[in-house]
Amino acid sequence: MDLGPHSAFIIAAYAMAALVVLGLIAWVLADHAAQRRLLADLEARGVTRRSKSEAA
Amino acid sequence: MALIDLANPTRFLSVTERVLPWLAAATALAFAAGLYLVWAVAPDDYQQGATVTIMFIHVPNAWLAMGVWTVMSIASIGTLVWRHPLADVAGKSAAPLGAAFTFLALLTGSLWGRPMWGTYWVWDARLTSVLVLFLMYLGVIALWRTVDDPARAGRAAAILTLVGAINLPVIKFSVDWWNTLHQPASVLRVGGPAIHPSILTPLLVMALAFGLLFVTLHLAAMRNEILRRRVRAMWLLQAHPAQGA
Repeated sequence: MDLGPHSAFIIAAYAMAALVVLGLIAWVLADHAAQRRLLADLEARGVTRRSKSEAA
Repeated sequence: MALIDLANPTRFLSVTERVLPWLAAATALAFAAGLYLVWAVAPDDYQQGATVTIMFIHVPNAWLAMGVWTVMSIASIGTLVWRHPLADVAGKSAAPLGAAFTFLALLTGSLWGRPMWGTYWVWDARLTSVLVLFLMYLGVIALWRTVDDPARAGRAAAILTLVGAINLPVIKFSVDWWNTLHQPASVLRVGGPAIHPSILTPLLVMALAFGLLFVTLHLAAMRNEILRRRVRAMWLLQAHPAQGA
C-alpha cells in the first residue's frame, strides 16, 4: 500500500486516534471495576444503601 | 417498558447491562466495515492523494465534538428544569468523551493541515472556535471535580454547558461568516453532499462507527457514575449512620 509522500502524517493521525479510543475504553473499564470493588467492599462491611435497606 | 422508566437509575442500570454487549459488538463491526472501506475501497483524492485518508477520522470526530456538547446541553436542560439526577449523570459522563473527540478532531486536523495547507495551525475562525470548545470541555470537567456535592456541581456545570452551546452555531457557520483557511461544509449543506459517493460512503460508515462508540462509552460511563454515587451515598451513611435511620 502506497501512502504517498505524506505517509508519516497519515500513520500518526491513525495511531493517535487508536491510542485515544483505546485509552477511553480502558478508562471506562477500569473505572467500572474500581466502583464495583468499592461497592463490594462497603457491602462486605455491612453498609447498605438506604433504599435497599428500606425495601428489605 | 415505557421510555420514562429508563429515568429510574436502577432500571437504567439493568437495561444498560443488557444493551452494552450488543452495542459494543455493533461498534466493532462498524469500525471493521469502515476501516475496510477506507483502506481497501476508497480511492485516493485526485489532488490530495492518500492524505485524504485522514479525513475519515477527522470529520467524524469533528461532528462528535459538536454532537456531544449538544447531548450535554439537552442533559443540562433536564438538570435545570426537572432536576433529574440521571440528567446530570448524562452530562458529567459525556464531558470527558467529548473532550477526547474534540482533541482528536484538532490533532488529526493539524496533521492533515501540515501537508495540505503548509501549516499545523492558523488562528482562523473554525480552528479557534473548536479550540474554544475543547477548553470549555476541560472547564466543565474541572467544575465537576471542584465541587464536592454532585447536585450543586450538576447545576453549575449545566449553566456553563448551556452558555457554551452558543459556540456551536459559531463553529458550524464560521466557514461561511469569515474568511478562513478551512474548507466550507461539504456533507451537511444545503443542496446535498459535494463529495463523490466512493468517498462519502466510507466517511458515513466511519461516522456511524464513531457515533456507536460514543453511545457505548457514554452508557458505560453513566453506569459507572451511578455506581460512584451509590458508593458516595454509602460512605456518607457509614460516616453519619443517624442520617440513614
